[in-house]
Amino acid sequence: MATHSRRIGDQPWVRRSLIGLALMLTLILLVIPVVVIFAQALSAGWSTLASNVMDEYTLDAIGLTLFVAALTVPLNLVFGTALAWSVTRFRFPGRKLLITLIDIPFAVSPVVAGLLYLLLYGRNGWLGGWLSSYDIQLMFAWPGIVMVTVFVTSPFVARELIPLMQQQGSEEEEAGVVLGASGWRIFRKITLPNIKWALIYGVVLTNARAVGEFGAVSVVSGNVRGETNTLPLHVELLYQDYNIVGAFASAALLAAIAILTLIAKAFVEWRQARTEHATPAEGGV
Amino acid sequence: MKHLFKGIALGAALLSTQPVLAADRELLNTSYDIARELFAAYNVEFAQHWQEKTGETVEIKQSHAGSSKQAQAIIQGLKADVATFNQVTDIDILHERGKLIPKDWAQRLPNNSSPYYSTMAFLVREGNPKNIQNWDDLIREDVQLVMPNPKTSGNGRYTYLAALGYAQERFGDDQEKIDQFMADLLGQVRVFDSGGRGATTTFVERGIGDVLLTFESEVLNIADRFENGEYVAVTPKVSFLAEFPVTLIDEYAEQNNNSELANEYLKHLYTEDSQRLLAGFNYRVHDETVKAETADRFPALTLLSIDQIAGGWKNAMNTHFSSGGKLDQLQRRR
Amino acid sequence: MSTSAQAGAAPVRRFASRSKRVLPGFGLSLGISLFFVSLVLLLPMTGLVVETAGMTLDQFWFTITDPRVVESYKVTLWTALAASLFNGFFGLLLAWVLVRYEFPGKRLIDAVVDLPFALPTAVAGITLATLFAQNGWYGQWLLKAGIEVAYTPIGIVVAMAFTSIPFVVRTVQPVLEELSPADEEAAVSLGASDSRVFRKVIFPSLWPALVTGVALSFTRSLGEFGAIIFIAGNTPYISEVTSLMIFIRLQEYDYAAASAIASVVLLVSLVLLFAINLWQGRYLKRLEGR
Repeated sequence: MATHSRRIGDQPWVRRSLIGLALMLTLILLVIPVVVIFAQALSAGWSTLASNVMDEYTLDAIGLTLFVAALTVPLNLVFGTALAWSVTRFRFPGRKLLITLIDIPFAVSPVVAGLLYLLLYGRNGWLGGWLSSYDIQLMFAWPGIVMVTVFVTSPFVARELIPLMQQQGSEEEEAGVVLGASGWRIFRKITLPNIKWALIYGVVLTNARAVGEFGAVSVVSGNVRGETNTLPLHVELLYQDYNIVGAFASAALLAAIAILTLIAKAFVEWRQARTEHATPAEGGV
Repeated sequence: MKHLFKGIALGAALLSTQPVLAADRELLNTSYDIARELFAAYNVEFAQHWQEKTGETVEIKQSHAGSSKQAQAIIQGLKADVATFNQVTDIDILHERGKLIPKDWAQRLPNNSSPYYSTMAFLVREGNPKNIQNWDDLIREDVQLVMPNPKTSGNGRYTYLAALGYAQERFGDDQEKIDQFMADLLGQVRVFDSGGRGATTTFVERGIGDVLLTFESEVLNIADRFENGEYVAVTPKVSFLAEFPVTLIDEYAEQNNNSELANEYLKHLYTEDSQRLLAGFNYRVHDETVKAETADRFPALTLLSIDQIAGGWKNAMNTHFSSGGKLDQLQRRR
Repeated sequence: MSTSAQAGAAPVRRFASRSKRVLPGFGLSLGISLFFVSLVLLLPMTGLVVETAGMTLDQFWFTITDPRVVESYKVTLWTALAASLFNGFFGLLLAWVLVRYEFPGKRLIDAVVDLPFALPTAVAGITLATLFAQNGWYGQWLLKAGIEVAYTPIGIVVAMAFTSIPFVVRTVQPVLEELSPADEEAAVSLGASDSRVFRKVIFPSLWPALVTGVALSFTRSLGEFGAIIFIAGNTPYISEVTSLMIFIRLQEYDYAAASAIASVVLLVSLVLLFAINLWQGRYLKRLEGR
């Protein structure tokens, strides 16, 4: 609580100018574009917005989008955590390669990713041909949409966890082993509290991207209205209808879903901070 | 993670709200991206017709996307009963790659299986300040164009071919002059949007360019939409016959037990009432009565077919639009 | 780790941890990871190989060195570089401000950072085009300054920067949070200037995360399509990106050519990322050994 600066960048003028610059850039580059989306959605009034949102096909699209995200997030949560655990707690040949491979989805254009799934699981694909002989159709139905969404969002949880777990090291967990704790208990009691925030970030990002994915999904969806049309595809469809207000209404919905997720995250953080308030805070923030 | 479970619950709830009152029959129509309103109107009319005829209720599902993408999806297993596209080549590929339809699909219905058609036209700004009347006006230095990309959009290819048709009429056999004209025209393009609607938006909403080159139906739609003459439609005297082909997808319709229904769905497009409905969406039609009714809206033009301009679609794709083809040569950096 | 013979120490350490894995769950976690990586990531990638395998080497070379495609590589590379460098600066600033300071609206900013991931890229593209077009809120002002953004390569930079900004913030932020204040406080109390402390104490710890963030931002930009096509203008040789070239080949049903060009982008990205992972490992080791 002393008035002299103990950490760098605490002088008022530095702080003010950095915050000012950050606020300004965020406003210009992130906030105003979102404001534009909401402004466009509302440009024909609230009642139009309401009727756009309550449209039968829009509701179907919202349902499908949430359903896909709800399947994608747990899958990638398990994968991301397992991967981060294996590559940060153990050394084995091919470890660096494995870390690099999980970035494939960042390096592949989503449209190409969708196409690759289509070529593999589609009617003429070698796997798809075999599956269709058992009357299983994955593409142009919700399983296909989930598959490509899992692909596109797979790096997020792992990418959040790896640098953090690398930095933290494994001494605490090793101590746990010495004290005879089970693996699951070590993970829950030692690792999880340490990586909780990164994990939540990862989930938030995965969820956000899963909700918003367009390119890959559009290739495998078949775009059947009311059945395989996700919200981002619905935006595109309305835009193609020259129904710009309607398109932005759906886009605003997507933004709203994202904002709600982020508010939920902030709320959890805030409660966490309050419970920790009794004990002296450990460094920073 | 609470929101997650909420998402599941909400998602499940919404998915289960899908209409319980299932129709007797279902039909899936795959169509191009900007045809939603058209088929939304037609489907109602057809469902009524089918019920009168057979007593069955029918629900028609619609899938809309760029027609090349739709063709790829159908080949890879999207079980659509009919395709209603805006590019002949995208239906041809259903035979070539997928063997889903016979080779002579175009002969199965009148007018090359194209119940309606359009042509390429210009949209200019209020009062036509640059005085655009014909293709020649587009290559003036002071005129900026907006058009869809011929590489990614059928609309763009049609525009290219329309200009080419005009140049051939004007310069005859002088290939050098034709090439020069085409290169000049492409050189005046300010924005190549990836699709037709994107080009419209660029021109109308962003205020870019002096002329929008696109389908006549699109041009008339926009001119109608803005009631105070903000935009003026200009249809050149010589242009391209842009067909909107339809086909039954034999293999899938059979699997879905829908052949008869699907056939009727397409044939019904040629009836007088349907043709009137299509004309209402600013497409040109073949029905003589409807033609007479809408004559003032659709002035008579010289419409060149793909055979006249480039000797068929296959040839056009190979010589003009394939990589390293004529279009690539014309767009080479100058 | 106070050993001075780092060169020898590292392998010993690695060997030690390999011979007796203290922590449980190696088999399970690696099993899940490998299963997932193979099934979800690698299996579909075989499609690239299968498609391109149908080409002769000449065809492959001809496809990927087509002059228009080569020009698109150049455009894509420099715009992605500009966008990711900008994001390096902006992302670091944002992460710093979010971790170090309290101010009104902080939670909002923290939340807004992730929005580019949630918006479909096409929506982002349309929105940015609305803002930066000559009749848009920004475009009007920029036009007065003689700068055109929409429908020029600068528009591509803007779209790329927008869609990939969360990468830098979200990679740098946790590391910044975990940074122990002890060294920093010690340095400050010894009278070192702020900029010196930043360079000598903070930056060395931050650097790997920053580079990773910038690299992710860069690779994401290389593949970006949806946001770019709406704002780029797509003029041949000037504002065409490589993803558009891939898209064009797809429209032509030429999967082989599309795969060939896509594989070039993929290879460049992976080599870059792999190099960074290797370098980071070395760098961290050097830090530990210090």
